[in-house]
Amino acid sequence: MGKASFVVRRSLQLVVTFWAVGTVLFGLFRLMPGDPTSYIVSSSMTPEARQAIIASYGLNEPMHIQYIKFLQNIVVLDFGQSFHSNAPVSEVIATYLPNTLVLMLTAFVLAYAAGITLGVLSGWYRGSRFERTAVIVALVARSVPTFYVGLLVLWIFGAGFGVIPMSGMTSAGTANLSFFAMITSVDFLQHLAAPALVLAYYFMGYPLLIMRSSMLEVLSEDFIDVCRAKGLKERTIMFKHAARNALLPIVTAAAIALGYAVGGSVLIETVFAWPGIGREMVRAVLRRDFPVAQGTFMVLAATIIILNFIADLAYGYLDPRVTYD
Amino acid sequence: MAQEETTGSIFTDIDDGGSGEEINRWQRTARLWRETLSEHWGLLTDELSVKLSMLMVAFFMVVAVIAPYITENPPLQRQYESDAEIIILKWAEPSLLGADSGYLLGTTAEGFDIFSQLVYGTRAALLVGLIAAVFTAGIGTMVGLVAGYYGGKIDDALMRIVDFLYGMPMLPTVIILVALLGPSLWNIIFALIILQWRSTARVIRSQALSLRERPFVKAAEVAGAGDWHIISRHLAPNVLPMSFLYGSFAIAWAILTEAGVSFIGLGDPNTVSWGTMLQASRAYSALQFGAWWWFVPPGICIGLLVISGFLIGRGYEEITNPKLQ
Repeated sequence: MGKASFVVRRSLQLVVTFWAVGTVLFGLFRLMPGDPTSYIVSSSMTPEARQAIIASYGLNEPMHIQYIKFLQNIVVLDFGQSFHSNAPVSEVIATYLPNTLVLMLTAFVLAYAAGITLGVLSGWYRGSRFERTAVIVALVARSVPTFYVGLLVLWIFGAGFGVIPMSGMTSAGTANLSFFAMITSVDFLQHLAAPALVLAYYFMGYPLLIMRSSMLEVLSEDFIDVCRAKGLKERTIMFKHAARNALLPIVTAAAIALGYAVGGSVLIETVFAWPGIGREMVRAVLRRDFPVAQGTFMVLAATIIILNFIADLAYGYLDPRVTYD
Repeated sequence: MAQEETTGSIFTDIDDGGSGEEINRWQRTARLWRETLSEHWGLLTDELSVKLSMLMVAFFMVVAVIAPYITENPPLQRQYESDAEIIILKWAEPSLLGADSGYLLGTTAEGFDIFSQLVYGTRAALLVGLIAAVFTAGIGTMVGLVAGYYGGKIDDALMRIVDFLYGMPMLPTVIILVALLGPSLWNIIFALIILQWRSTARVIRSQALSLRERPFVKAAEVAGAGDWHIISRHLAPNVLPMSFLYGSFAIAWAILTEAGVSFIGLGDPNTVSWGTMLQASRAYSALQFGAWWWFVPPGICIGLLVISGFLIGRGYEEITNPKLQ
């Protein structure tokens, strides 16, 4: 099979996956015990008023009509209105998604810069104490829950020393700035530092371990010996020759990991009260605001699905040896 | 039992040559599996970090079993009456720090014995970890073997399901499922299993794909062995190391996820877990009051148990893939 037909087949698969996620989501919220309408209508309403509200959400129609409408609306990114605030769900998403992306991307860049460097070094100095320590640190970073590390950081640096804010993304009373002005303000950076560093520490282990084993593989190849024979400096061989060739697995792994990172934003945003999409999803679930829960979940799933797709396609371009069979 | 048969690699098949004592097929299958396992057990326990991790898991298991003998206070029983308030907002200081309260780690703001909660929390963690791991590895292995062995349409259908599951963000999906099914430990375990088998299935399938082409499988086919015979006796023992590897990682992920879901507030209200302890401590602002004895110990326990799972998994990974060493 050629590259073109691989891309076509993979794209079709992407569409099918989206359809499947949407269908499952629809089914979950409709078929589970408990009537979704009971959360939006109160018992004190007159029957007519109740019917009017139910009809305004389209919940009085037969299931298959609701299903078709649901799928149509997903295509045009219309997830309905919040039961809670009445605002369109797409507006809710537009408010919270950028906050999540800023936090995740910051943490991700920090984590991969540190993780790749440490991975290169621990692959190079295989069997040394440095390598053993780095691997242990990576394992510990992935074993202790992020939200727990977040709690400890808040306790020590927030409640204890008072050097970081206890919650939120900006201080109360900050004037309403444009998004760009906000994310470049000092106040925002103060709020960003703690959650971003905690997340970076958690993410770091993965690139470190991948880079290390990728380095081990590259270092056993002949061209490294050639470099040595040419009399190149150790540092030149390590970063210019070995590390560059060992980077490939990181690229695709990073794309996939970024998707799961956004999907896993739930906990860190909850601990630091960061107004992101993961925390909003949890709040929507807890107050039974199904349209918002569906919409935000769809966004988290879509991030993963699309980044997996990109990783699959990128692999073929980055490594010409890949065949599609 | 013939001793020389155990000295071969994991790919040795038992040769009974159709002669000698007539043992039934189940005994033969059991013997094959037992030999693979005992060989790997020997290799595994060579490593110090693995040995320590197993001791750690064993320690927590003992604590879980004898919990009522370690502490006499049930974890969810108020230790003193409130002053006509629904919520007790005073806590006993830990006697560990010299307070004269009689509670090793003091009490929570609701009047529960923290040490007792910590001890009983072990039960929830191990229950979630072990059950989720057994089912994750079991279902994943079965699906992977069937998909890899039969190939074609069956393989395609099963792998599309796996692809779909890979599109679902882990924690948000578990959160939604638990919110809809109701917060209980069993629902958390159920939601975890539904998602987690995906990675095991993928890896086992690719192993089965390559094993299927090996001469010993071809030979069995020619000799007239049925599908089930080949899967259970020729493929399964060879993929067992991989299932165990994914099983031990699944323990770690399951415990982490349960802690996260509980921390968010969807934990089982009738069971104490380390996650619900952290959630309660946060809800009662233990951070701001500096009551570290409430929220530091559960996190340490989670970390210790999870890292044990990861280290056992890593030790096993080095056996199955010696390149990593």
